[in-house]
Amino acid sequence: MSTLAPPDFDYIVQLVHRRSAIVLEPGKEYLAESRLESVAREHGLASVTELVQRMRSGSLDAGDAVVDAMTTNETSFFRDAHPFNALRDTVLPELIEARRVARSITIWCGATSSGQEPYSVAMLIREHFPELRDWQVRIIATDISPSMLDRTRQGRYSQLEVNRGLPAPMLVKYFTRDGMHWVVAEDLRRMVSAQYMNLNERWPVMPPFDLVLLRNVLIYFDVPTKQAILGKVRQQLRRDGLLLLGGAETTMNLDANFERVPHGRSTWYRPTGA
Amino acid sequence: MTRSALVVDDSRAQRSMLRRLLSERGYDVSEAGDGSEGVERLSDMGAFDLCLVDWNMPNMDGLEFIKVVRENPDYERMQLVMVTSESEPAHIARALMNGADEYAIKPLTMDALVDKLAILGLEDD
Ligand SMILES: C[S@@+](CC[C@H](N)C(=O)[O-])C[C@H]1O[C@@H](n2cnc3c(N)ncnc32)[C@H](O)[C@@H]1O
Repeated sequence: MSTLAPPDFDYIVQLVHRRSAIVLEPGKEYLAESRLESVAREHGLASVTELVQRMRSGSLDAGDAVVDAMTTNETSFFRDAHPFNALRDTVLPELIEARRVARSITIWCGATSSGQEPYSVAMLIREHFPELRDWQVRIIATDISPSMLDRTRQGRYSQLEVNRGLPAPMLVKYFTRDGMHWVVAEDLRRMVSAQYMNLNERWPVMPPFDLVLLRNVLIYFDVPTKQAILGKVRQQLRRDGLLLLGGAETTMNLDANFERVPHGRSTWYRPTGA
Repeated sequence: MTRSALVVDDSRAQRSMLRRLLSERGYDVSEAGDGSEGVERLSDMGAFDLCLVDWNMPNMDGLEFIKVVRENPDYERMQLVMVTSESEPAHIARALMNGADEYAIKPLTMDALVDKLAILGLEDD
């Protein structure tokens, strides 16, 4: 496979950064080439080089498809386990106590990828908090990738995907089989609404959130972008709301207006008064 | 601490694949070619921490094996995972009802195995 010429790769790096804030490190030519191959094919082009050249000359607008293809969508059910144990053991019980009167909980998954994360939350709620059945529980799942949002809406997973992190009793209880795939129960799909949102652009009007899961997405951004996003998350969170980041992410040294709140073996963040 | 695992599968290729994955996670692995051999292995060596068992095997199949194992309190703490190409929800439910702790559909990748071990509390991190 030919590798992208430096100016072509550079064009992709700039485009992806401008649109999504994702920083593609130098040396990722191979990654770009392999991920963009299907985009080139869909446009009837013989190579990624040809795709990039058409885009550079302005004769083809494939920016959305390129950004979509360049996002890393790796995810799994109950990823990292500890945050979900904390949700079950303390985070949700405390939140439910605090919302006894309002009887409403709103959760945001800010980089949903193919939907395993919001559905894990939904399953956990159904499994362990039957009293929430007649509350208003909303899980808003957003992403920049239209193809990932489609997958989240469909809630359809391959055999390999349901083998990852999903306890077998939950597979049997909350999924039905459809050929070689497994489909999430209608009841859970109704709890999750998938919406397009670019974290790097003006945010749509959203309700205040009780919990924000923004996991494994800040790692792709530069420091000023991370700071801008964390600042906006603070505005979106209720005063007693909590933010959860990915295992390798933290607000430390980025945003002094969050305090760490340990729950079990995971760390959550609460906005401080300011 | 080294953990022990028993792989019960009639396919030699499957056994060595699973042995390789488990060895990489630090397990001491023993093998059996069907359910009745599995039962023998248990009475010779005592309980293992983990047992991966196929469904369709000659002599004694995986479901029968699980039932036999679950009748013996000596093996109470052994985690039983069915690893099979049977993917009917009814099969999965039946294995769980009869005492399997987890269920994985073949092919089992390293990532999926590690996830299953974590679910069973067998990963220390
Ligand atoms: C690695 S996945 C994380 C999935 C899930 N949160 C998890 O932890 O398993 C990262 C996701 O971030 C999305 N993403 C990347 N840049 C984005 C942006 N600027 N706005 C919104 N989503 C973005 C990608 O499309 C991808 O689905």
